Amino acid sequence: MKNIKVLGTGCVNCRNTVALIEAVAKERGTEIALEKVEDMAAIIGYGVMSTPGVVVDGKVVHAGGVPNREKVEGWF
Amino acid sequence: MTTHTQAQGRLAQWWVVVVLASGLWVAAYSHLTDFANALLALLGLTRDTRLGEAIHFFLYDTPKVLLLLTGIVFVMGIIQTFFAPERTRALLAGKRVGVGNVLAASLGIVTPFCSCSAVPLFIGFLSAGVPLGVTFSFLISAPMVNEVALALLFGMFGWKVAALYLGLGLAVAIVSGLVIGQLKMEKHLEDWVQQIQNGQAASYEGDELDWVARFEAGRDHIRNIVGKVWPYILAGICVGAGIHGYVPEDFMASFMGKDVWWAVPAAVLLGVPMYTNAAGIIPIVEALIGKGAALGTVLAFMMSVIALSAPEMIILRKALKPRLIATFAGVVATGILLVGYVFNLVL
Repeated sequence: MKNIKVLGTGCVNCRNTVALIEAVAKERGTEIALEKVEDMAAIIGYGVMSTPGVVVDGKVVHAGGVPNREKVEGWF
Repeated sequence: MTTHTQAQGRLAQWWVVVVLASGLWVAAYSHLTDFANALLALLGLTRDTRLGEAIHFFLYDTPKVLLLLTGIVFVMGIIQTFFAPERTRALLAGKRVGVGNVLAASLGIVTPFCSCSAVPLFIGFLSAGVPLGVTFSFLISAPMVNEVALALLFGMFGWKVAALYLGLGLAVAIVSGLVIGQLKMEKHLEDWVQQIQNGQAASYEGDELDWVARFEAGRDHIRNIVGKVWPYILAGICVGAGIHGYVPEDFMASFMGKDVWWAVPAAVLLGVPMYTNAAGIIPIVEALIGKGAALGTVLAFMMSVIALSAPEMIILRKALKPRLIATFAGVVATGILLVGYVFNLVL
């Protein structure tokens, strides 16, 4: 079970990131707990300034744009 | 081992593509007039008629603008991979006011961020101890000195105009930041921002990228920017072609000329509610200037369209109280006015 958080204020890129992660996880058969973090203070708390950012199991693994598929596959 | 050779193979492929594309680019760019003339002749028109002249402008400008834009956007996409916002923040943290403002304004040009990241970026800078005024220098220069505008000005008016635009744009960002810093307006940040500012934020360093990833970033940048703005550019060129072909010489001089003192402030006011990207506005700029409008007036209009847009203010309103927003707009508007008058005086 992977714990994944997508940090973002809700613009198109953030929504695309969520959709991509869900699609890849489904393909791989990995169980994930996906959470969207929209609270600005919480986002800043992760040290991320360019959204969308992605946190996997408490660690920031990506920031600043939609990650590419290869990168997402690497997280699972 | 195999993945290593694969990666090397991909990098080699990229170099071949980049070198070939650069060659084609130069060849195409140096034959723009021939191309426009040939197509015009094919249409059975000559440049003696107004319609012919307008169409010639369109046929010459469209490939020129698109070529310049694609080239510059690719290069900028690569440069930006070296300046992730998190890295920019690390570069700015602990810099003194003054030096910090100059550095922040320069980094504003090359650091990528989309407008929905403006608030997290703003707060991220403050939480790392970057002073408010230095943060504003960054926020002002980012839209004001636009790489797309810079490239297009260079292509259409030469390096002197491009350098003046760059220098004065940076100057406005640096001085505006210094002024806002001097005014000590920290208490006009929204309360939740002030709380974060006092706390400590974690830091995220970002990935180390290889050159394949940098080239890919350049390609994606072309896709994202050129893919999005080309309709605006075509629309801009159409308007430009119309002005170029049909508006009489010196028509613009009567109300956008050097001698009209109120033209610069009017241009700034006119620009604020408009929101478009620099790419669409430059062809119009070119045509207006061709008809006797003063460069400073037109540039002031352009800067106010891209640096003082209403949507940007609405986004920033989440973090700034009205008085700070008003100060920001006032200081930047004053800076743009000065730039407009200086351009009109010098050129």
